Amino acid sequence: MGEGIFLQVKGITKSFGGVMAVKDMSFEIARGEILGVIGPNGSGKTTLVNLITGFVKPDSGEVFFKHKKITGLPPHKIADLGVTRTFQIMRPYHSLPAFKNLIVPLNSPRIRRTRGGKLGDKDGVAIDILEEIGFERDAYVPYKIASSLPLGYLKRLELARCLALKPEVVICDEIFSGLSMSEISTMVPLIEKLQMEGMTIMMIEHRLRELFRLVNRVMVMNFGEKLAEGVPEEVMENKEVREAYLGTEAALC
Amino acid sequence: MSRETSTIQRRKERLDRGIKVRTEGLYALTSWREMFYLLVPRTLLIFGLLLSPFFLEMYWQRVLCQAGIYALLALGFDFLAEYVGLVCLGGAFFIGSGAYLSGLLNAKLGWAPFFTIPIATVAGAVISTLVLLPCLRLRGIYFAIISFMFPLLTVYIIIALNIFGGTEGITALATFPNIWVDQYLILGGVIIALFALRRLVTEDIGLILRSIKDNDQAVKASGISITSYKTKAVFIAALLGCFGGAYLSHLYGWVGISQFALDYSILPIAATVMGGMGTLVGPVIGAFILTPLSEALRGFGQMRVVVYCLILIGFIVYKPEGLMNVLQRKYHQFEHWEEV
Repeated sequence: MGEGIFLQVKGITKSFGGVMAVKDMSFEIARGEILGVIGPNGSGKTTLVNLITGFVKPDSGEVFFKHKKITGLPPHKIADLGVTRTFQIMRPYHSLPAFKNLIVPLNSPRIRRTRGGKLGDKDGVAIDILEEIGFERDAYVPYKIASSLPLGYLKRLELARCLALKPEVVICDEIFSGLSMSEISTMVPLIEKLQMEGMTIMMIEHRLRELFRLVNRVMVMNFGEKLAEGVPEEVMENKEVREAYLGTEAALC
Repeated sequence: MSRETSTIQRRKERLDRGIKVRTEGLYALTSWREMFYLLVPRTLLIFGLLLSPFFLEMYWQRVLCQAGIYALLALGFDFLAEYVGLVCLGGAFFIGSGAYLSGLLNAKLGWAPFFTIPIATVAGAVISTLVLLPCLRLRGIYFAIISFMFPLLTVYIIIALNIFGGTEGITALATFPNIWVDQYLILGGVIIALFALRRLVTEDIGLILRSIKDNDQAVKASGISITSYKTKAVFIAALLGCFGGAYLSHLYGWVGISQFALDYSILPIAATVMGGMGTLVGPVIGAFILTPLSEALRGFGQMRVVVYCLILIGFIVYKPEGLMNVLQRKYHQFEHWEEV
């Protein structure tokens, strides 16, 4: 990680009404790193994702991607630079085959540029992407209508939509939630493979055990603030983190 | 026993006909029967429209021209509402800007309709798009209200500044050589617009537009500017309306503030509801039914609007999915009642 800081967040703050959703957060992600973000419900994790990807404008603070300021840019410009995200709530095209769901990112200016204006066989590219992410072509899964797919495939479809954009940073907002253990165990190697290919990943997650197997570092949020940051083992030893997750000793009794 | 029978519920079960499934994709070419299945509805529509002038009297031929203009507007309305998620009540603005542009070009520069119509179509669409551009970030009812205001606003600007002939309008414009040109120009326009749009919505751009309607956040996260695609969609719908307007100015040889009238914003909606939202062909058929109907009801005098409204209410209450959706279902599917 000699290239240093890839994505940098500096003192970002956002309040909704009187509620401080994210309060003076600062952190960095190095190229090729997986950063996990955990925290109790309502601790501002998704707002943080929205702030980085431009869906919500911060009250103050800045985000830099490759030393370029990206705060204030509209979401599609940030995605165009290579920072993309999945959504917690997936709304694929229910009436279309799975691979047609990737036509939108495959028509983006970012992909047009990388392919020199020629897009060629988009359906073929879409099916290749889906196959790589675990849609078995032999079983015709990429051709199945999206509404007939189980949740595990829909989560992967959401990830595939991001990957179709050939991004440099992927922010996964709870892609494990709602999945069974076996579904997660097929997702984990996918994420590992992405990292091997040099992708920088930020993962918001509730499933700590699976997350800790994957991440290089983990950051804990509570009430919109950073509580702790470091390697997983270290962080879970932290007394404040244990309290935030499990409650104080008194509450436990 | 009687209680039991009364609680038995029935529902309609629908199954796709085998031939419908067989005619999807390349398999349609397997036999004549399959090809006929696909061709018959399309041929009926095209020839129905193209042959209708031969069966009509002069007066009804005029009505047909008028219906064609409404059909273009309804087509644009359906496209924007169902495929992009923009409820645009600015049909009158499209008609007005197309009509005034071609009227001005004809009156001031003396250009023939052959030139003024294409120029007014494109230039009018550019103006309409630019005017609506700031409102494109609005959704649903907000966009509807704003687009509804523009025609009203323009009328008052024309009256207040007394420009473009003020309340008198611009008269003595060039007209088409005969009633056949009148009719086939608009009928050709409608048919081309209909099939072009049907093609467009299945292309990638149509897919992107539909995903903007369903889930604009995912489109933004896919690195696509939704404003640029909405702009393109509004431009396409405006092209249809402005062509209608430019044609209208030469149909009667006159333009005036009545071309910004609410009829042009409202009747297309009625035609779309009646014809079937989202089918594209439905609104066209709706327009070709409603416009003559509204003429035929002139005999009722003041009661005309009441009868007209009753028909519309009847449709909304009993067949809310619209004429075309019902017909397509009957054509493509078996239906039978099943006890639950």
